[in-house]
Amino acid sequence: MSIEVNSLTHIYSSGTPYRSVALSDVSFTLQDREIVGIIGRTGSGKSTLLQHLNGLLKATSGTVKVGDTEITAPKTPLREIRQRVGLVFQYPEYQLFEETVAKDVAFGPMNLGLSKEETDRRVREALALVGLDYDEFAMRSPFELSGGQKRRVAIAGVVAMKPQVLILDEPTAGLDPKARADVIEMVRRIHESEGNTTIFVSHNMMDIAVLSDTVMVMHDGKLVRKGTPKEVFSAAEELEEMGLALPPATAFLQKLRKEGFLEELSVAFTPEAAAGEVLRQLQREK
Amino acid sequence: MIRDITLGQYYPGESWIHRLDARVKLVATLLFIVGLFLVDDYPGFICPVLGTILVISMARVPVSYMLRGLTPVFFIIVLTFIINMFMITGKVLVYLGPLTITYEGLQTAVFMALRLILLIVGSSVLTLTTKPVSLTEGMERLLAPLKKIGVPAHELAMMMTIALRFIPTLLDETDKIMKAQMARGADFESGNIFARAKSLIPLLVPLFISAFRIAQDLAMAMESRCYHGDVGRTHMHVMKLAARDYISIAAFIIFFAAIIFEKIYF
Amino acid sequence: MEEIIRVENLTFEYSTDESLIATKALDNVSFSIEKGSFTAIIGRNGSGKSTLAKHLNALLLPVEGRVLVGGIDTADSSKLWNIRQRVGMVFQNPDNQLVSAIVEDDVAFGPENLGIEPAQIRERVDAALDAVNMYAHRKKAPHLLSGGQKQRIAIAGVIAMEPECIVFDEPTAMLDPSGRKAVMDIIEKLHDKGITVILITHFMDEAAKADRIIIMDKGRIALDGTPQEIFLNADKVRELNLELPLGADIADRLRKAGIDVPQNIIEAEEMVEFLCRLK
Repeated sequence: MSIEVNSLTHIYSSGTPYRSVALSDVSFTLQDREIVGIIGRTGSGKSTLLQHLNGLLKATSGTVKVGDTEITAPKTPLREIRQRVGLVFQYPEYQLFEETVAKDVAFGPMNLGLSKEETDRRVREALALVGLDYDEFAMRSPFELSGGQKRRVAIAGVVAMKPQVLILDEPTAGLDPKARADVIEMVRRIHESEGNTTIFVSHNMMDIAVLSDTVMVMHDGKLVRKGTPKEVFSAAEELEEMGLALPPATAFLQKLRKEGFLEELSVAFTPEAAAGEVLRQLQREK
Repeated sequence: MIRDITLGQYYPGESWIHRLDARVKLVATLLFIVGLFLVDDYPGFICPVLGTILVISMARVPVSYMLRGLTPVFFIIVLTFIINMFMITGKVLVYLGPLTITYEGLQTAVFMALRLILLIVGSSVLTLTTKPVSLTEGMERLLAPLKKIGVPAHELAMMMTIALRFIPTLLDETDKIMKAQMARGADFESGNIFARAKSLIPLLVPLFISAFRIAQDLAMAMESRCYHGDVGRTHMHVMKLAARDYISIAAFIIFFAAIIFEKIYF
Repeated sequence: MEEIIRVENLTFEYSTDESLIATKALDNVSFSIEKGSFTAIIGRNGSGKSTLAKHLNALLLPVEGRVLVGGIDTADSSKLWNIRQRVGMVFQNPDNQLVSAIVEDDVAFGPENLGIEPAQIRERVDAALDAVNMYAHRKKAPHLLSGGQKQRIAIAGVIAMEPECIVFDEPTAMLDPSGRKAVMDIIEKLHDKGITVILITHFMDEAAKADRIIIMDKGRIALDGTPQEIFLNADKVRELNLELPLGADIADRLRKAGIDVPQNIIEAEEMVEFLCRLK
């Protein structure tokens, strides 16, 4: 499902001394089935932007259009928006509340008014998508699971609503490297199986670069850049000025080009790919 | 947004009243309230009214800010006024169907309302000019002598300190969980009272779990920073009365004496 | 070198109510920490590293074996406050470890518990806030600070107790990159000043800054050595589901392709230098 955001502005505590502009004149269009990574420092407006995309925050001005529905229009039924746009918050495991994993995942679908059978089907599907075995986990209490497993359950709770746009705010925050890689893999798997538009925020530049079709850079409440990972991460100095880093492997190759080791700049995002570039250069010299 | 709720109603400032020792302000407020209940006729209010005006003007807290803090209790004042006005028998001034307003009723109503207003305004000066943290500290020191008879002064103060520290955190947490559940289609606003109470479960369960997690983490952090109750504990802030405090105490004694003098001789 | 902490055959079990079978969180772990050293303990979530950390200042007591802090057994409850003063601890969640609604009062909390004289507490608090570059924020309320700033306050609170050793239990896990960097800079600075540092983490690039790395896996020590020794064992590190620092990672891949890379390359900059010299 496509998304069209037009001059979106959000001002917190307007009319008080605490007034702060969280989003200022943000416009962009996303194609159906894109994976979009958003980067930016803490406080750059990323989370505020995400909350506008499913109507949790009301725009001070500007419009948001998801598919052919303008969700910023007054009287748009919230239920319809939430059905289309699923939002997974940071540390989503803190929202778990039911006695069993299955019941917790069913909370969203039940709120959508789905039948018992349909809900049950979706719970099974969602758990499978996040990599949890239904028979093993469905009847367990979500509170006795490990941190990584809890997070999967929480994500399944949103996936079970079958949103056409799935938004994840720092889905890997606080996880160890293996769990992080697993979640990134899982996001890709969900995207491929559901055919949805996926938007995610991360501070891990390698994850952003590897997973995204499009990268958006937020800074001081503005959208300052939008492009392919290759385009965005080629502008090292611009990112640095905003306090953002390159994926380590990308920075490494840029350094090698600068020091004259590489004859031409090649862009790679993973250590594996970077090592490949180095080897290619060494072979060329032989 | 939920975080817009400001806690307490401290109004930052550097006035004479702001800089007074919290203990002096606490005791003075307490005695002021006692004084208000000693007053039994209209002339008796002269001293408290003048004193309150003097203190407010010295505190340099905008009156509008102060009144805004009073709006929640405005209802109570009006209610007290109306009840007194209608309930007391005596010389009838006005007939309103089955109800009557009497001369005595009206007089008592005005009297009670005045007492209530002074009471609230007087004690709000305390909270307006004293940081909650200093208030806690002052209370702990004042109650310290009562520890011998089993008053848990330190424990009470520690509880207040932790509450002050974590209320904003829990409000933030509430905001976050509420939004997360709303994103899953939860509806906190419609339905009858039972439906609404039920809809709070997805909010309250995570919130309680979160509060327990905080308690557990905090207990561990406090232990590892050698917290072991009151025994052998010192305080960074030395609460020492300054010249300002002694002058204020003297002034307050005169003020309080005037109230008693008025009561006895007039 | 003088040792400050000695862990002997430490075993610890958690027993949950539902299953009566106790799970071994730590299984016969032994090592010692030298005074003034910087040790990183790294491992996946659930590897036992946080349980281990909590044994180092008697927040947990061993089921079997013992832990000595400066020669004192942590099970000796009469020396509890002495042990906790000597070994301070900074926890993962920056929000849940600050006690007071005012920054400087929070930093004073530890020294107050130790019964230090008021004037001296003041000095210690100011110095500690200065050491973490937060003196300007001393009158603020913690909930108005960023995660990284809160974590620095927590560190100041421990510094003010003047410990010989500080255990950092995943101090950067919940921080953004700039907060992480600020906290890591302070940790390195403290080590330079002679404080013994034990850093629990799951980020290998942070562990690489230590002079010794202990890798925990399933409650046991899987690897123990200098960063250089550890990273030469690249396959084993990957097998344990941990990432290598970029320099070491690429070095390993180049070695496997038959290139002779020196053993001491860990950071990306060192790799760049080496490659440029090679050319």
